[in-house]
Amino acid sequence: MPDTRERLRGVVNKIAQQPVPEDPEESLFESGLLDSFALPDLVSAIEQEFSIKVPDADLNPRKFDSISRMEAYLASRA
Amino acid sequence: MSAYLHGFGAHLPERTVTNAELAAQLGCTAEWIESASGIRERRWAGEDTGVVELGAAAATACLSRTGIPASQLGLLILASGSAPPGFPAPGAALAHRLGLGTIPALDLPMASAGGLFGMCLAANLCESYGDVLVVAAEKMSAVIQAHPLDQNTAMLFGDGAGAALISSRPGPRKILRSVLHTDGQFRDDLAFNWSAPLKMNGLSVILQATRKLPAVIGEVLDLAGIPAADVAMFLVHQANQNLLARVAKALGVAQERVYSNIARYGNTSSASMLIAAAEWDEQNPPPGPAVFAAFGAGLHWGALVAR
Repeated sequence: MPDTRERLRGVVNKIAQQPVPEDPEESLFESGLLDSFALPDLVSAIEQEFSIKVPDADLNPRKFDSISRMEAYLASRA
Repeated sequence: MSAYLHGFGAHLPERTVTNAELAAQLGCTAEWIESASGIRERRWAGEDTGVVELGAAAATACLSRTGIPASQLGLLILASGSAPPGFPAPGAALAHRLGLGTIPALDLPMASAGGLFGMCLAANLCESYGDVLVVAAEKMSAVIQAHPLDQNTAMLFGDGAGAALISSRPGPRKILRSVLHTDGQFRDDLAFNWSAPLKMNGLSVILQATRKLPAVIGEVLDLAGIPAADVAMFLVHQANQNLLARVAKALGVAQERVYSNIARYGNTSSASMLIAAAEWDEQNPPPGPAVFAAFGAGLHWGALVAR
């Protein structure tokens, strides 16, 4: 089974329909890969991929800004 | 709760500000503004027109449409997030302008959710106070022009006012249930205090709104035992066309069932939902449940269902 990072890259790629940056620290939004209306789709896709529910209190865009930040968020949920 | 919606009113100032006019000042194109927001034009009030004048015009339209004289009102609620700071808040001036005598006037210094919060309060207060006139009035052009224009916020907002008459006396639509929520955790993501430009963290606001609006609409419909598919019209705060489309998708209803006039008026903050309701009501829509919902700075959000 792919590791978390690869699964996240797959999720982002599916939403962006573009190659995901190699650098896991790169902002997906500042780079222009995703726009503001893609963020809700990204959070929903993460919920589906990892079978979790992101509570409203965690709906902070910074948590989903890059592959690394999403990894950290998921690790904090483990 | 025994409360009924008797009707609505709205007022938009005459001056139309097109995307082309605004784009020239913002360093972008008219097409970009429309693609990002669904907005083609908005109305801006003149220098001599403030929230009291806008609100009075909408209130007068509402009283005229419902046939209820101002002398019959028992309470006035005025929502506005763009009224000048200080006291007294503009509710007293509006009540005086409407000739309401000494009935109480309550101010809600709230932005986009203010009209909805006013309706929900009215539904719960009308048995004690009698007929309640809810007015939401905004001069957002003053907010965005208080400082150098910012591309991301200046393109969104317009001026206008809406009103609703709510009474315990039987009327065209009975208010069945309402739900209100507030979460101050994200209060800094959408904020304005005149001393600094309007602050909007678009990523956060859109993320929160796309989750909370469908959820609270589902919450109020569950309480009323009404499936979303049975709702005749969803009257939602006109924040962004993309957001309205996402609300429709999340609810599993056709996009046409979520009323939209944002292309013509932009985001008029607390007034937008009541302006939409007034337009919809003027079309003499067929009977059926109607849902009112709003989300805004605070964060405040909620929904109300009537039939």
